Amino acid sequence: MNRIDAAFARQRAAGRAVLIPYVTAGDPSLAATSDIIDSMVRAGADVIELGVPFSDPMADGPVIQRAAERALANGVSLRDVLALAAEVRLRHPSLPLVLMGYANPIEAIGEAAFAEAAQRAGVDGVIVVDDPPEEAGDFTALLRRHGIATIFLVAPTTPPERMETIAKLATGYVYYVSLKGVTGAGHLDTGDVATHVAEIRRHVALPVGVGFGIRDAASAQAIARHADAVVIGSRIIAEIEGGEARDAAARAGAWLSTIRRALDTMPAVEPAAAARAH
Amino acid sequence: MPPRGPREELPIDLPEVSPVREMPDERGHFGPYGGVFVAETLIAALDALKARYLACRDDPAFIAEFERELTHYVGRPSPVYHAERWSRELGGAQIYLKREDLNHTGAHKINNCIGQALVARSMGKRRVIAETGAGQHGVAAATVAARFGMECIVYMGSEDVRRQAQNVYRMGLLGATVVPVESGSKTLKDALNEAMRDWVTNVDTTFYIIGTVAGPHPYPMMVRDFQSVIGRECLTQMPELAGRQPDMVIACVGGGSNAMGIFHPYLAHPGVELVGVEAAGEGLATGHHAASLCAGRPGILHGNRTYLLQDANGQIIETHSISAGLDYPGVGPEHAWLKDSGRARYVAVTDDDALAAFHACCRIEGIIPALESAHALAWAARIAPTLARDRILLVNLSGRGDKDMATVAERSAARH
Repeated sequence: MNRIDAAFARQRAAGRAVLIPYVTAGDPSLAATSDIIDSMVRAGADVIELGVPFSDPMADGPVIQRAAERALANGVSLRDVLALAAEVRLRHPSLPLVLMGYANPIEAIGEAAFAEAAQRAGVDGVIVVDDPPEEAGDFTALLRRHGIATIFLVAPTTPPERMETIAKLATGYVYYVSLKGVTGAGHLDTGDVATHVAEIRRHVALPVGVGFGIRDAASAQAIARHADAVVIGSRIIAEIEGGEARDAAARAGAWLSTIRRALDTMPAVEPAAAARAH
Repeated sequence: MPPRGPREELPIDLPEVSPVREMPDERGHFGPYGGVFVAETLIAALDALKARYLACRDDPAFIAEFERELTHYVGRPSPVYHAERWSRELGGAQIYLKREDLNHTGAHKINNCIGQALVARSMGKRRVIAETGAGQHGVAAATVAARFGMECIVYMGSEDVRRQAQNVYRMGLLGATVVPVESGSKTLKDALNEAMRDWVTNVDTTFYIIGTVAGPHPYPMMVRDFQSVIGRECLTQMPELAGRQPDMVIACVGGGSNAMGIFHPYLAHPGVELVGVEAAGEGLATGHHAASLCAGRPGILHGNRTYLLQDANGQIIETHSISAGLDYPGVGPEHAWLKDSGRARYVAVTDDDALAAFHACCRIEGIIPALESAHALAWAARIAPTLARDRILLVNLSGRGDKDMATVAERSAARH
């Protein structure tokens, strides 16, 4: 079993939601990102989404845009992110690592060379925000041959028949974008999320992670009642940028542990298992 | 009138047999270029747009209304003008100008905006958004929004807001809201990013009027179709005026909509050479330019695969051109395909050469061209003397230069 599936299986058995923090690699520095990951693992992160900075992050709100700009100002490239992943992998042999970013830095390396390098670095999954199923067929097959999960986004606008298409290509988990908008937007509607996640489960057998717009213990709990995993990005980056760089790891870890505690002290319902029972 | 050339017998309405003319494929690909590289949230909106646009394209009532607007609101057909004095002075080929500068709002951009506003209205969208660099597309979008009673938001890099104050004011007069974009390089590409972010957020109510033949499918096809009125008119006008079709069609290329508009109807005329002129800025060797076809390599940005100016790591780099409308690191995917297939040729002209052509056109022909169009004029002025007097060059004079007064004055002051 690969590391992503193992993490979901372990938490499902424990009746707990999977917690997936996102952090932009190289913000405020590559070394700091490494420390931030360690700190978040100690705080109870189950999977790490490692953001690959891109000059034109069209799907991201201002917080993650700023993180990418800082990382790029540090000269951080996809190759650097792969090196960082390899280094993190040495310290955390069973931690699932997912790269998340945009298509062009991968194109620049070449899809085949990227797949090989990602496998060598110990990357478990890849999310390419602007590479939807229509365009991703060959790349998906290539990543699978290298044992890397291909994680696709599902949006509030995704019609049911399209979920079937996504189900054919997706492995690891699917990432439900909880709202129409960019990362870190403020108009999360948990009732709407419940409806959509239920619809996704009718078409996709994989676990469902939900992200975009989760910003505190209450919204994390509300989402976890319906989803297998809670993904949090902008709010963590706000912690990272909200003080001295040398304390960024401590702040990110401290904040994430409040979310972990909230998820683990929820009333004992097992929404994912219950939803899957039908 | 110059002597008739060997290609006068070409019929005007060739059947669409060339594979190039059947592009793109169903999913928006021009060979390896184009496509739909956007986040999942926008896919459904693009599917709906494609379905509606294809229906409009085949709807005689839609076409009739589009043509009516072009005639009575835009002022089409725009004339073709024989620049006789300039041609004589250059001593070679005859230069003809397609006068898109005479359109309402002063550039070709309005053709596309009328078309997209009609599609938006047929989809029941009352809010339109647009990105703009120099402000020409923003002004055209604000104009049609006023004309059709729609709310209009224009995203513009804060650097461009500063450089193009007059167009910002014009958009305000027309009732549009201009939103300065502070992210990234604060120019056109960042305005496009921000417009995409608005669209993803307001996708149910909003129609995104993209200003050029780039972006995700169906935009490159749809914008090309709306702009093709330029080339179709030329197909009729050139035989009337010059006795035959031109030997070469020349147009400037930023995103490439005016070039695609005049090139496309000529694709089926293999004897007509097509030349796109990019902005070489301070020179291709300096790195300060915006010539993505001449000096870039393929990549993915803003919804499509195309030639991009990017660093070795796939990060988009900042561009430079004296002309804000050409100051963009990508180019429409159909141009990428035309380049690779050899059907069109792409060259680049520096800021200095464009300025020289700008001044020549003002003084010799009494026409103040946009700095964008001056790039196409510069190429024509360069090659005309090398060609026989019976050769015909058709240049798309895509816009007028009123908006560029401050830029030209600043530049001239710096020189003297």
